[in-house]
Amino acid sequence: MRKIYSKIEQIAGNVITVKADGVKYGELAEVTSRHGSTLAEVIRLQGEDVYLQAFSGTRGISTGDEVRFLGRPMQVSFSENLLGRIFTGGGLPRDSGPSLSENMIEIGGPAVNPAKRIIPRNMIRTGIPMIDVFNSLVVSQKLPIFSVSGEPYNQVLARIAMQAEVDVIVLGGCGLKYDDYLYFKETLEEGGALSRTIFFIHTAADPVVECLQVPDLCLAVAENFGLQGKRVLVLLTDMTNFADALKEIAITMEQVPSNRGYPGDLYSQLAARYEKAVDFEGAGSVTVLAVTTMPGDDVTHPVPDNTGYITEGQFYLRNGRIEPFGSLSRLKQLVNKNTREDHRALMDGMIRLYAQYKDTLEKKAMGFRMSDWDQKLLSYGERFESGLMDLSVNIGLEQALDRGWEILSACFMPEETGLRTEIISKFWPKKE
Amino acid sequence: MEPKKGTVVGVTGNMVRVQYTGDVMMNEVGFLKVGDQRLKSEVIRVRGRIAELQVFELTKGIGIGDEIEFSSDLLAVELGPGLLGQIYDGLQNPLPELARRCGFFLQRGVYLDALPAELTFEFTPAAEPGDTVRRASVLGTVPEGIFTHRVMVPFGLRDEYTVEWVAAKGVYSVRDVIAKVKDSRGAVIPLTMIFSWPVKRPIDAFRERLKPAEPLITRVRIVDTLFPVARGGTYCIPGPFGAGKTVLQQITSRHAEVDVVVITACGERAGEVVETLREFPEITDPRTGKSLMERTVIICNTSSMPVAARDASVYTGVTIAEYYRQMGLNVLLLADSTSRWAQAMREMSGRLEEIPGEEAFPAYLESVIASFYERAGVVRLYDGGTGSVTIGGTVSPAGGNFEEPVTQSTLKVVGAFHGLSRERSDARRYPAINPLESWSKYRGPVAPRKVEAVKDILVRGNDVLQMMKVVGEEGTSLDDYMIYLKSEFFDAVYLQQNAFDPVDAATGAERQRRVFDVLLAVLLTDYEVADKEKARGLMNQLRQTFLDWNGREWNSKEFAAEEENILGRVRAASRDPAGTVEAKIKKLEG
Repeated sequence: MRKIYSKIEQIAGNVITVKADGVKYGELAEVTSRHGSTLAEVIRLQGEDVYLQAFSGTRGISTGDEVRFLGRPMQVSFSENLLGRIFTGGGLPRDSGPSLSENMIEIGGPAVNPAKRIIPRNMIRTGIPMIDVFNSLVVSQKLPIFSVSGEPYNQVLARIAMQAEVDVIVLGGCGLKYDDYLYFKETLEEGGALSRTIFFIHTAADPVVECLQVPDLCLAVAENFGLQGKRVLVLLTDMTNFADALKEIAITMEQVPSNRGYPGDLYSQLAARYEKAVDFEGAGSVTVLAVTTMPGDDVTHPVPDNTGYITEGQFYLRNGRIEPFGSLSRLKQLVNKNTREDHRALMDGMIRLYAQYKDTLEKKAMGFRMSDWDQKLLSYGERFESGLMDLSVNIGLEQALDRGWEILSACFMPEETGLRTEIISKFWPKKE
Repeated sequence: MEPKKGTVVGVTGNMVRVQYTGDVMMNEVGFLKVGDQRLKSEVIRVRGRIAELQVFELTKGIGIGDEIEFSSDLLAVELGPGLLGQIYDGLQNPLPELARRCGFFLQRGVYLDALPAELTFEFTPAAEPGDTVRRASVLGTVPEGIFTHRVMVPFGLRDEYTVEWVAAKGVYSVRDVIAKVKDSRGAVIPLTMIFSWPVKRPIDAFRERLKPAEPLITRVRIVDTLFPVARGGTYCIPGPFGAGKTVLQQITSRHAEVDVVVITACGERAGEVVETLREFPEITDPRTGKSLMERTVIICNTSSMPVAARDASVYTGVTIAEYYRQMGLNVLLLADSTSRWAQAMREMSGRLEEIPGEEAFPAYLESVIASFYERAGVVRLYDGGTGSVTIGGTVSPAGGNFEEPVTQSTLKVVGAFHGLSRERSDARRYPAINPLESWSKYRGPVAPRKVEAVKDILVRGNDVLQMMKVVGEEGTSLDDYMIYLKSEFFDAVYLQQNAFDPVDAATGAERQRRVFDVLLAVLLTDYEVADKEKARGLMNQLRQTFLDWNGREWNSKEFAAEEENILGRVRAASRDPAGTVEAKIKKLEG
């Protein structure tokens, strides 16, 4: 029987201090107060003093409340029973199902040995042409969706969750609006994808410390499904809230801030999560797609900046569309050579023409005369935006490529596209 | 004397406070006993009877009262034959072997021999009994891949020794005794092929340091011609994310004309290391006909591995580089990225509650960076031969802003600066080194005055471009417009290089010199063109031919034909009297 301590020495922010012995770093404790009980994690040991980060916050905790150490670090149950279930950031059920306690696994475990990773070579089809055709998502990739508040990033994630060709989806919400949480739940229920999805949801109303656990819980579960040979896709939204939670705790702990108040280890903290994306040699894989909202649409803000250094490319979601410029999937070269022979050429050619269309738009706005070529570009740009860029377009890769050729042939003569002759003679749509 | 031991009295993140008895040494290695695991850690501050140690592993589960064993040694690496082709973590744990033992994950507290006893080499003695030897004297040699590896007297033995016995020619394990030497007081010391050296101390077993004068050919044109690197020199590559720092280093690690490459992947993506790991064994080094892996050592401490070991990985890398320099080889150390290393220092400094400097980096950041880059150099060894270590480090400045402390501290101490720019990488102009901002203090393979002449066109071309943004193409004179076209031409055919084209990916020094002369002919010629439309047409044509030429095999028949083709087009459009351009180029020679 472990000792119970009933004298809390200090309460500051979400951190409480008790005098105790025999406590291990990273251990969990249960704090019971009049308002219920909360889990807390040991984040510093100093002589007799034990600093605990209370998951449900310290509001209402009294200096005389009981602290009971559990003798184990944070864990989560792992089994097939997780599928279709919804949990909080503390790992407790949020739906009406039973709480799970079988096969507990540790979260935030060690890194994968680089020697056991393999070079990824499979793409994940999403049914969104701006991703499939222009910036293919690759198994084991970690990609952020850079966006700003107000953009439909959660809608994009929900669509990817429904359509992506993977075995298991783990959806983590950090500081999610309650409406958005319900939206995810309903959309996936209606779409019939709930049975292969696991939710770990921290809503904006929940205590901030639970937000910190969400990515670790998601990734620990994902990693274990991956080891079982499953293809897992982890969707996280919004990692900026996660970083802000880190900042809050760091300031409470009186750490020296480095950049705009964020702790000096922000990069390492984010990397430890994103780097869980992996293609295991001889087993499954974990792919991570995470929304990062950019405060003030500023990509040099510490959160998107550090994220960009960690991830393998990024999607920019602006004006309700995935931007073709700036968005980049750094691993797409590994997969788009094996899809269809016109994939790469069409991808490059269409983007090149779209860039010219943008120039023409600028010229038009300045009042210059539009030449025949400009007119062609204008009609091309419009068709491209409505036929492929619009987020409501939901077609497979091959269909999207065919549509690309249709758009080109409707606007241009073959030689105007700058595409190689062999490709054109094979794929240019024949006029009836 | 009091026995030396300690117990944990505090834990914060990856730092532990330890109350000790006896004497501890700064940077001494200690092993924390947690359950049945022993976690490696290093003393980073001593205050009274309290020592603070950074732990090279995850610190979960450490408790007050846990014991610590001090090793009385500094953090050291093992040096000996068999390092080439290896993949180590920051503490010199062989990762493939670790994977065989522990599976998918990096289990903490498992430390394996960097050079296992099963490793054997054929030893040929070079010293004889009775010989007088000192540190770094050669006792014998073993073949290691493409090199003859010198088995030397350990660099830490600072006396004069008499050789007592040397093993006969034959196959021995790296851990077998292959020689015995006697010091001046008569003590006999047995020596194996391996010895250890503390990573944070530069290897100083040489006669003198020389000035780096020879260019190190990387076969990246913009580097070699415009911003060259010298053997034994230093350079840095700062750039925002996505600008291609790591790709540029990968290209360099493949094509650079050096004997040994040590790659330190420090706090970067594991995926990129995996590419090197999986691809290098398949690629043949054109210079030796052997796999590239045989000249490469990879030290890999990726971003999700424990932070303290990240700090160690840079030093482990440079120490191994210095060791191969002692064999008279030219070694290139690539560190990607030094910012992550600086961040590791910042994290530690924060935990020690030191007074922060700019952006919370510690005040000693600059001197630590300086002393790291100072470990590069050309040296004259005791036997009169030379060897060199060249250091190239990437920097990942926050927000892509070069004004931050790590970039600024690095710029003070390096000999060349290859600044990558977001604009160039967005425009897909690779390698995205900004030709207007970068600089180098070294001399490259192309005559400096020729390079100056072209840089001048580049600068003027940029001026015209800026002007054109205001006054439009119509408001620009034909002469100015031509300069702009020429600078764009130079950018397209020379500064940009296609890393995926088998020929264009690597341009040797001789080819650079030859191509540069033709380039000068194109750029210095005054063309007979009626208007801007014609001028653009002409330069586009020339560009197309030049790009084709870049794809032709060096010294092939097609290469010569294409060269003649370009020069022919230039002559046809020229308004200069025959021979004037050639004379201009001649004048820039030497």
